[in-house]
Formats: sequence, C-alpha cells, structure tokens
Amino acid sequence: MFAFILNRIALLVPIFFGVTLVSFGFIRMLPGDPVVALAGERDMTPERHAEMMAKLGLDKPAWQQYLDYVWNLLHGDFGTSVLTNRPILDEFMELFPATIELGVTAMMLAVVIGVPIGIFAAVKRGTFYDQGIMGLSLVGYSMPIFWWGLLLIILFSGIWGLTPISGRISFLYDVPTVTGFLLIDTLLSGEEGAFASAMHHMILPTIVLGTIPLAIIARQTRSAMLEVLSEDYVRTARAKGLSPLRVYGLHALRNAMITVITVIGLQVGTLMAGAILTETIFSWPGIGKWIIFSVFSRDYYAVQGGLVLIAMIIMAVNLIVDVLYGLINPRILHTSS
Amino acid sequence: MSLLEIRNLSVEFQTVSGSFRAVDGVDLDIKETDLLSIVGESGSGKSVSMLALMGLLPWTANVTADKMEFAGLDLRTISNRARRKIIGKDISMIFQEPMSSLNPCFTVGFQIGESLKQHLGLGGAARKKRSIELLDLVGIPAPAERLKAFPHQLSGGMSQRVMIAMAIACNPKLLIADEPSTALDVTIQAQIIDLLVDLQNEKGMALVLITHDMGVVAETAKQVIVMYAGQQVEQQEVDSLFAKPRHPYTHALLNALPERSLHLDRLPTIEGVVPGAGDRPPGCLFAPRCEFVQDDCSQNIPGLQATELGAFRCFHPIDYTGQG
Repeated sequence: MFAFILNRIALLVPIFFGVTLVSFGFIRMLPGDPVVALAGERDMTPERHAEMMAKLGLDKPAWQQYLDYVWNLLHGDFGTSVLTNRPILDEFMELFPATIELGVTAMMLAVVIGVPIGIFAAVKRGTFYDQGIMGLSLVGYSMPIFWWGLLLIILFSGIWGLTPISGRISFLYDVPTVTGFLLIDTLLSGEEGAFASAMHHMILPTIVLGTIPLAIIARQTRSAMLEVLSEDYVRTARAKGLSPLRVYGLHALRNAMITVITVIGLQVGTLMAGAILTETIFSWPGIGKWIIFSVFSRDYYAVQGGLVLIAMIIMAVNLIVDVLYGLINPRILHTSS
Repeated sequence: MSLLEIRNLSVEFQTVSGSFRAVDGVDLDIKETDLLSIVGESGSGKSVSMLALMGLLPWTANVTADKMEFAGLDLRTISNRARRKIIGKDISMIFQEPMSSLNPCFTVGFQIGESLKQHLGLGGAARKKRSIELLDLVGIPAPAERLKAFPHQLSGGMSQRVMIAMAIACNPKLLIADEPSTALDVTIQAQIIDLLVDLQNEKGMALVLITHDMGVVAETAKQVIVMYAGQQVEQQEVDSLFAKPRHPYTHALLNALPERSLHLDRLPTIEGVVPGAGDRPPGCLFAPRCEFVQDDCSQNIPGLQATELGAFRCFHPIDYTGQG
C-alpha cells in the first residue's frame, strides 16, 4: 500500500511541472500590458514603464522568469500580488475556505442525490423512472451555470423572497474568523441566528454549483451499474438468495464505485471551474472570484500562483481517488505494486 | 415423491424482433439422490431452464409451466421473498465461469460466510469455523489462510472449488452445476466433476449436471436428458442411452465422439446449425439436419413419447429390435 502511494506521488511530479509551465505561459499570452493595467496610461513615460517592468522582474527573458518562478515555488514562495503587495499564498488561504465550503456542500449534494438515483435508474432500466431520471439529468447537465443561477435568484429571491440574493451571511452578524469556514465559525461564535443565516445563504449557490456534477454523477453511476449488473458475480449473489438491497447496494455498487469515484474526482475540477461563475453570480468571496479579478487586472503572479494552487488541490484529490481504487478493488493494488 | 417436478416448462424472451422461445415444453423429475445430466449444444436451453427454476432470468423472460414444484412448494406462484429463502439454501447453483462468478471486491471468507449468515444466521466465529470446514471439504489446502484471499489470487480450479463450497454451505437438497468444468483445464475438469459426485454421495443431495461433454455424462450420470433447440429430445438411463440412442440427434451426437470414430479419417459431424429465433422449421426441429428424415417430419410436431426406459421426441426413432 505504501509503495503504491509513493508510486502515485512520483507520477505527480511531471504533472506539477506541466502545470507551472501552462500557468506561466497562458497569462503571458493574454494581450495587455501589466504595467499599464496596474498604473494606468496617464503620465506613462517609457522610462517609468521600464522602471516598473524591472521592478516586477518582467524585463528578464521569459526562460529566466520561468526558472525564477519555479525556483521560488519549490521554496514555497508563490510570489507577491502586484495589486495588493501581499503574498499570493496569504490571499489564497484567506479566500480558499469560502470556496471549499461551497464546493464541499455542492459535492455532497451531488453525491448524496446523484449516486442513489443513478443506482435506482440502472435497476429500473428502461422503465418510466429510468427515462425520467435520465431526462432530468440531461437537462441539468445542459444548463449553463450563469443562466441557472440567475433563474433561481429571480424565482426564489426575487419573486418568492425565500432566499438571499448574494453574500455568505447577513450583514447583521459579525462573526470572528477562526477557521474561515463560516458554517464552523458561526457555530463557534455562539451568536444566535448566525449559523442559520450562513446556511440560508448557502442554499442557492450550492444548488447552482452542484447541479452539473449531480447530473453527471447520476448518469455515470447508472451506466457503471448497468455494466456491473450483467456480471456473473451479480448472478452469483442473487443465486445465494440475498436481498436486492444487498445484491445492488453491496455486490454491484462496490464494483461500480471504481467508475463512480473516478467521476467524482474529475468533478472536483469542474467544480473549481463552476466556482468561478457561481461565485461571481452570488458575490461569494472565494478564489473563483479572486482569479477572475486577477486576470482582468493582469496580476501575473496572482494568476500563476492561484492556478498552481488549484492544480495542486486537484492533483491531491486524484491521488486520494487512486488510493481509494486500491481499497475498493484490491486487484488494482496487487497489480500495480 | 419427487424432489423436483416440472411439467411443460417454457421460457420465452421478448426481443425487438418478436418473442423467442428458448425452452419449449421441458418435463423433469428429480428424486432425492438422483444424478441427472442435461446435455445439448450451446443455446439448446439447458442453462435457461435451470435459471428459470432459480428465478434468475432477466425480466424480459416469460416463464410458463403446467407444474413446477420443489419439495411441495409451487415455484410458479412463490413470492420473490419466499424464493430467496430457498435459493442458495435448498437449491443452489454453480456456474460455468468460476473466475468471473466470484466478486472481485470481497474475500473468499466473506463470500462463503454471507450464505451462512443469510440462511443459517450463524455468528462471526461459527461462520469462520464452518467456512474452514467447507474449504477443507472441497479440497482447498490451507483453508484458514485462503479465507483471507481475494478471487484474483486463486486459479480457475480453486475458484470453482470455492463456488462449490459456497453452494453446499447450507446443505442443499438440490445442486445444479451449470457446465462446472467447461472453463477449466482438462486435468482440473476431472477433479471438479469427481468432487461434485463425491459430495453428492456424501451429502445425499440431488445433482443436476449441465454439460456438453459426453465423456462427463458417461462417467457420472445415471439419468440423461438430451436437449436440442429448447426441446427435450430424449431421456434415458446413461448405459442404455450410450448403447441404444433412440433419437437421431442423440445418435448423431454419439457418433461424433472422437473415440467412436477411430477407424475413420474424418470426424463425423452434424450438417447444418441449430435453428435460430427466425428460422424454426414447422415440424420436428431437428428434421432439416436429420439423416433419417421422412416426409411427415417437417409437417407435424412430434410429442414426447414415453418408453419403458425413458422418453423421446421423434416420429421415426432408431429401431434396435432387428439387431436383438
């Protein structure tokens, strides 16, 4: 097991360098001058421009900039934001809990509903239930996030007045930051109504962010289950006289989980991309919104650092998925180590 | 009294191109310590008729029978819940592909213990003890260690032994073995068949052996049913079947055995193929391939005729009276 994990970690090293190269390159391909974006065009003399470029380290050749960047990364230095003059890592860590909080609740929604309805659709294959679930999930999968978010806001917040329009918590509450996770901090503060308010603010963003992963997880669970249900060992389980719950929920699902967990792992990436839109729609102070802002202001170091940090999180999730494979189906563990 | 009595069992599958009759009017009687062998080509309905008995067919299958009774229970009207109390306990079944019939995600011990827990309600320690006994009984060395093994760590023969251990865990009255040795090496095949026959004698259970290997039939079975295209074409005791097959299909099958054609340059074959869903002949299903075919064979459907020794489904059975 230990060798298996080490092996998987070693595989992440080249991916890490690939990510640094891409994040370094892409932001530099964008049109627009970082100095102009920062200081504005007024009173910009060539001398002043060159001075600022030198200050930002952008006057060096690209390869040297890249080497400096990777060297600093390896020493845990993600650079400094040009705009705020604060370390990228600090900014990221400050905003990250809000994104994680939303991401985790959205993923929980997607898994808790998606997996059971996927199993149900597979078991009831070809029936009205199956077609209904698959039809709905196709709709969910096809809906653009920004449109779906606005639609829900208009309906629930605008017309019915049931949910808040934006933000993480009502301005009536002032909760001290301990963990950065508002659901936890409100509980810790003991302030009455704060937790409920934070929950209330999470409902719509969670639904909006969770819809696409939910639809994908339901569809993939169904197809993974269909494949497994025709396997000989499922017939063996039925021939033992086991209950349908045990045949489907244990014997079949355990095998289908390999696919389902892969999909869940991949959805973490989709979730990060979705977070950018969702956070923008709901003014959610997370890293999605921060990255968009950094791109617009050509804050090279913030975008580079933010992308690498997000990529590292996704790589970590994939590592966990790999380890789970081995735990679910021991054959994978035995053949790879 | 028969342990299992089946009259006129038919199974039809609904497909896009209409319904397809996989099993057509099968009659079966099995007494408590019988060893019955069902032989036939692939697709002749051997497995499907037994899966119908177990209730393991997909929902597209339509099972009908005039009678289907196991130990006094009517299997046609039984609820799913009540059936689950019987299958895996009183009737159990092992399958053709041992490697894929065990769940790759669970240990051998878990999979055997599951049956013991389900039907006998044994606790953890008792399950372990009984599982070790069972593995020992089916001839697996170091049974206590093997309990912790996963299926991919076992060979095909070992896996089939585990399947057998699982099937006999609750001392079934009837064990159905669906081509248990087909997927295994030749040397292992004989061991598995011997094991099944030994267990049958030891436990006093009935055994149905589905196979297409005539050699296995000759060595083990007492009663033999020959199936062709979903129909039972002949039933006899094994010795008389091999000596004097009445149905031309049985006759042709036996002629195709390599050991019976040592004096010939080429192995005899049966010309043509088994009729599929769309091209079933109007009369006797074997008529297009039969070397003794006569005019009436393709006009009327022959019924199952009982004889002193068994039954056959043919208008012009092979007659041995002239030979004495």
